[in-house]
Amino acid sequence: MEKIRYERPVIKKLNTGVMNKYGTRTEYAPVTNIDGARVKDLIAEFGSPLFVMSEQTIRKTYKDAVRAFTTRYPKVQFAWSYKTHYNNAICSVFHQEGSWSEVVSGFEYNKALLNGVPGNKIIFNGPDKTDDDLILAINNESMIHIDHLDELYRIIELTDELKKRPKVAIRVNMDTGVYPMWDRFGFNYESGQAWDAINKIILTNKMDLIGLHSHIGTFMLTPSAYAVAATKLSDLAFHIKSKFGKNITYIDMGGGFASRNTLKGSYLMGADSVPTFDDYAEAICSALLNSEYSKEDLPLLILESGRSLVDEAGFLLGTVLANKRLSDGRKATIMDFGVNILFTSFWYEHKISPAQEFSHYTEDSVIYGPLCMNIDVIRENITLPPMKKGDNVVVHTVGAYNMTQWMQFIAMRPNIVMIDMDGKPHLIRKKETLEYMNSLEITPEYLKGFKL
Amino acid sequence: MKIKKNVAISESGFIFNPTTGDSFSTNPIGLEIIRMLKEEKSKDEIRKSILSKYITDDSTFEKDYYDFVMMLQTNQVADDSE
Repeated sequence: MEKIRYERPVIKKLNTGVMNKYGTRTEYAPVTNIDGARVKDLIAEFGSPLFVMSEQTIRKTYKDAVRAFTTRYPKVQFAWSYKTHYNNAICSVFHQEGSWSEVVSGFEYNKALLNGVPGNKIIFNGPDKTDDDLILAINNESMIHIDHLDELYRIIELTDELKKRPKVAIRVNMDTGVYPMWDRFGFNYESGQAWDAINKIILTNKMDLIGLHSHIGTFMLTPSAYAVAATKLSDLAFHIKSKFGKNITYIDMGGGFASRNTLKGSYLMGADSVPTFDDYAEAICSALLNSEYSKEDLPLLILESGRSLVDEAGFLLGTVLANKRLSDGRKATIMDFGVNILFTSFWYEHKISPAQEFSHYTEDSVIYGPLCMNIDVIRENITLPPMKKGDNVVVHTVGAYNMTQWMQFIAMRPNIVMIDMDGKPHLIRKKETLEYMNSLEITPEYLKGFKL
Repeated sequence: MKIKKNVAISESGFIFNPTTGDSFSTNPIGLEIIRMLKEEKSKDEIRKSILSKYITDDSTFEKDYYDFVMMLQTNQVADDSE
């Protein structure tokens, strides 16, 4: 007799008609391939855990976003947010699609230059710009977004030394009716700080104020907040035109658009509740078009979206290390990936799918990572089919921030592959090795050698 | 280990415990094990039956059987009387 596929025996209490904290079953179909590449083959070739990026999804999502804005506004430019995913291959996909780059550190700035982005297509944000960074950006005619007065005064000093007129914008923070209000970056609108900074920039006549920038928050679920921001920036631009006769070349609305992930504590799934690109575009473009600009003076609209453009293109493949029963009877499954490489599991209920066939029986489980840390929890409650040691899973919507905020803690960071438009995987970042980590460390001679 | 006498078990894996009023579902292999326990088969007999029918190994059966039986007891479907 031919033996049949084994499944762990499970018994599940039925709570008919009563909602339970595990919610409904999350996934009915196994995810056995990504863009045509078999999950099992990818793990066999590149190891587990493994980050997988879909080039097809990146390009499609980018085109969707561009379409949403360009069908509503005549001048639109996206600038790829490097901090969201600054792997060179990923950045290159966005640059091929026509995206400029938006960076927040000297490291990211130089990465963009090495990727071949012209200096005048780099937007330099962030509160930390060293003198070397500023000099490089000024010489390259990059768009420097001034964050605070200390930076403004330093740039004025540098213009005297370099004999150049930097192209600058100021970052403006404001009340858009959402909580929390982000006021730690840039100059405040309501208190008059922003107008004060604008006056200083223009009247010192050392640099060209070409833009106004805001970044009102992250994972913004209220498109109307962007309409408030666009209106307030337009008012500032109109005042600049009235007082100084100068046109602002661009309005940069920053990023913050939500991806289709589900926030912890959210009643609805992310895919059912987050605004679409069209929702954001309608709010922003309508506000700009309805402002005081004449047709000729309409500024370029710059968008620095990161998360919403790349999150869905990222997958994390992993393997079950063990199953165990907790003291209260809950099932716990330990995976080979933890919060060290899946940082976003601190605030998302990531969708997790089995990567092999299973029956329709499920268990309520907790998903833990492999770290010897109590905080290493990937999902506190999830309903999954019974999985055994060695089974594989696919974690969805992990493309944003995980591969820049990941931590080298206890274990090495894993490989990243990108599936190209033809379904072929390419290794785009090698996994770290002990040799690599040790090559960065120096042990003083007197500490070498000991007897135990 | 015995399945309680008044526990009702359907062919589809639906289990009802009239003492507590709780109902449960189990997968086909769970149902097989419960039936064998109801027939008062020993652990060794159950092991042989499962290993001969399914693609698995002794240590996997051992830990899964232990966990399953513990859940039967926790849910008061079985008791540990001999």
